Amino acid sequence: MESRGAKWRWGLLDVVVVVFALIPVLWIMSLSFKTTNTLTDGHFIPREWTLENYKTIFQTDQFVRALVNSIGIALISTLIAVVLGTMAAYAIARLDFPGKGLLVGVSLLIAMFPQVSLVSPLFDIERRLGLFDTWPGLILPYITFALPLTIYTLSAFFKQIPWDLEKAAKMDGATQGEAFRKVIAPLAAPGVFTTAILAFIFCWNDFLFAISLTSTERSRTVPVALSFFTGDSQFEDPTGSISAAAVVITVPIILFVLFFQRRIVSGLTSGAVKG
Amino acid sequence: MSATSTAAKHRAQPLSRAEKARLSEGKRAERRLGWLLCAPAAIVMVAVTAYPILYSVWLSLQRYDLKFPDDREFVGLSNYVTVLGNQYWWTAFGVTMLITVVTVVVELVLGMALALVMHRTLVGRGIVRTSALIPYGIVTVVAAFSWRYAWTPGTGYLANLFSDSAPLTERASSLAIIMLAEIWKTTPFMALLLMAGLALVPEDLLKAAAMDGATAWQRFTKVMLPVMKPAILVALLFRTLDAFRVFDNIYVLTAGANETSSVSMLAYNNLIKGLNLGIGSTMSVLIFLTVAIIAFVFVKLFGTAAPGSSEEGRR
Amino acid sequence: MADIVLDKVGKQYPDGTVAVRDVDLEIADGEFVILVGPSGCGKSTLLNMIAGLEDISSGELRIGGERMNEKAPRDRDIAMVFQSYALYPNMTVRENMAFPLRLAKLDKATIDEKVAEAAKVLELTELLERKPANLSGGQRQRVAMGRAIVRSPKAFLMDEPLSNLDAKLRVQMRTVVSRLQKRLGTTTVYVTHDQTEAMTLGDRVVVLRAGVVQQVGDPQTLYDHPANLFVAGFIGSPAMNFLSARALDGALRTALGDVPIGDRLRGMLERGEAPQEMILGVRPEHFEDAALVDEAARAKGREFEAPVELVESMGSDKYVYLTVEGERASSAELEELAADAGAADLPAGGANLVTRLSAESRVREGGPYKVWFNLEKIHLFDPSDGRNITLHEGRAAGIS
Repeated sequence: MESRGAKWRWGLLDVVVVVFALIPVLWIMSLSFKTTNTLTDGHFIPREWTLENYKTIFQTDQFVRALVNSIGIALISTLIAVVLGTMAAYAIARLDFPGKGLLVGVSLLIAMFPQVSLVSPLFDIERRLGLFDTWPGLILPYITFALPLTIYTLSAFFKQIPWDLEKAAKMDGATQGEAFRKVIAPLAAPGVFTTAILAFIFCWNDFLFAISLTSTERSRTVPVALSFFTGDSQFEDPTGSISAAAVVITVPIILFVLFFQRRIVSGLTSGAVKG
Repeated sequence: MSATSTAAKHRAQPLSRAEKARLSEGKRAERRLGWLLCAPAAIVMVAVTAYPILYSVWLSLQRYDLKFPDDREFVGLSNYVTVLGNQYWWTAFGVTMLITVVTVVVELVLGMALALVMHRTLVGRGIVRTSALIPYGIVTVVAAFSWRYAWTPGTGYLANLFSDSAPLTERASSLAIIMLAEIWKTTPFMALLLMAGLALVPEDLLKAAAMDGATAWQRFTKVMLPVMKPAILVALLFRTLDAFRVFDNIYVLTAGANETSSVSMLAYNNLIKGLNLGIGSTMSVLIFLTVAIIAFVFVKLFGTAAPGSSEEGRR
Repeated sequence: MADIVLDKVGKQYPDGTVAVRDVDLEIADGEFVILVGPSGCGKSTLLNMIAGLEDISSGELRIGGERMNEKAPRDRDIAMVFQSYALYPNMTVRENMAFPLRLAKLDKATIDEKVAEAAKVLELTELLERKPANLSGGQRQRVAMGRAIVRSPKAFLMDEPLSNLDAKLRVQMRTVVSRLQKRLGTTTVYVTHDQTEAMTLGDRVVVLRAGVVQQVGDPQTLYDHPANLFVAGFIGSPAMNFLSARALDGALRTALGDVPIGDRLRGMLERGEAPQEMILGVRPEHFEDAALVDEAARAKGREFEAPVELVESMGSDKYVYLTVEGERASSAELEELAADAGAADLPAGGANLVTRLSAESRVREGGPYKVWFNLEKIHLFDPSDGRNITLHEGRAAGIS
């Protein structure tokens, strides 16, 4: 049994962790609610609250377009990466074939790959292929770098599925298809979903590819658009708008974390430890 | 009748060819399915990484500046001579190394502490884990802006705390802030990996050590750390390579001013701003080689078990 | 319901390893047959081949007279209970049990009725709405059984169904399985590692080693008349004691003293049908405290004296561990048995004897003690191939 004192000490540590983790997030939120006049007052909590910054960004085409790009590109990349990753992970976890080790090795290499090393060749290749500054131009590298993540996480998940169940289903009279649909798929779904969240977070976060392989609003994602934000006029500071936009793209992440904390933790660690 | 010798006789008896062909049918089908399922993923990964990296080696051997496209020419290793003889490269390399070493060391210590808190805490475990995940999940650029505004004189609560200096305009303080932002962002990831390692330490082992008279500190260093070593090494490897790629924070916080560029930043500037594909590619290749060397050192010297490598023989 | 016939059934993997070799076995309708053997002996492979989960490389499998080799598991109409139970974690107990019926496209009323009936038999009625995760080990085991019996298949296949239970529950469930099988009268093939289950459950036991059937018979026959060293060592707990024996001057020299050679054995020795060096096997219960043996019995056996190493009193009787001089009997079979038992179960290598004496015995640890053993119950084995020399025409020989 832990003593009361120990309980307090742990509690205090918890508070430190929570404060440390949340301060930058709360700060950018605070900035986004400040009025233009109080923006530079340096107070952590706004003295005057306003939604003006949010109205402004949703009226500018620059932000709305970037948001659409971000959502579209991240969703499509996630979908494709998860589908391809599921297929490969199933094979790795369940089947025996030569070259399996090689595939695992290659995906590990890519997970560690310095992305900037790809920027220059991709920049040149995509310009030639007409992919530069298009959605597919970003989706391709996103899939590539999300794949090792999905393959690792999913094969760890798949290895945990008791495959005796597949046999049991066959004995119970199921066809191969029925065994998969009625028994295996419901068990694999949580793992696939978790992996999708992780892949989405990766695509949503990227900055380097997005800033290097785009040049116009056509395919710029929000992180890049943020760095190009300027005020309405030369004399206006874009701090408020940037903060509001930053908060908008942070919301989905916070929701994911709030609702799927346990799954994200298990997904992040399964690949690395049990691998 | 002898069971032993019968079995031996039977084993020695080879199968007829027809039998063999039929037997391997299932095995071959399994292989085909395995390859078929892995092919799309493998093709995408190889097409988007292997080919471009080879192409960038090729580009790095050329003079190729998009501002002067007609001057394109094969120049051998001269780009490498240019880059490696350039002080900006070495400054950026030093900055990157400094950031990598400092952040990874600090993250290891903080991450271990955080992992222990998350693993052991009694009250509010869910809240702690949830809030620790937020830095991991948040868009780096967003966090970077938050730090930038926090340190901007007038606007920021932190800048105002330290009189009216402008820390992001000086090299030392800028680097410190970049590292702070990096550490804030990635410590939770480190902590999660370490926590998974912690979960592998059997509770009974700690109890046994306590019974043997080990203090809390001895239990940590003599029992937990050795058991966790593989998890720690994997976490270190991942984080070191990740830290070496540092780009987003520097771009937003200083844009590389006051000699705070990392190698990624420098390569990006040469490439996208300078449109010098030859020099940019040379840097890309050099960065790739550095990362390969770091990974090699980890795997060979520290014996880091690459995750997944152990499973090849298992099935 | 149906009979199951294995006609020279074999399994060879593409890399050449033979898992099962030419098994001939006829399982009658309603019979309860146990496949037993150490791990890796091919018993699970054999079961999976009957199930259709693994291909049959050679030979033919017939269920109810019909060739099954090429049929998918679902078309064989047999149910299986897995060692891991293989309950579908996303379904409740009711859904688990209804699953095979739903796949068979039965109407809802029939399904409900059958599930209710099976649940009643296995006392699962209260648990029907629970998920497997919320059940104890014994309850999960019963659900697995329920899923098998619910659709009244032609046969049950059970793959070590009790091995994940703790000792006490295992004994309880053993009787449940036994009663259930008698009640339903369904042909059952049961794989186990545990020789107690093998002895108590089945009508007939099949002992497998390295993919080859060693002996088939009812439990008592296997116990009394083991065909070879392997079966002798595998069946029985504590295991049979093995000592080396040498035929010399008309007697067998053993660590337990000289044993007379009977006419039949003498004949075999003269004809070269038996080797000079043999392995003597004596079961623990065929020893007795010499002080407790009456005159009539005394003549049937031999007495010897040996230091007592350890006495374990079980209440009903005493396990006495004796140390005797002489070399350890050795053979490939004994090595394999020792390895399978983790060597712990088999102190009977030659230097140590396990004996089971009456509870009234006054044996004490430490000093030497006089022990009698029954010559009519001993076995002699040929160390080169393990065959039981004393066994002829299905009769235990003794050395008369």
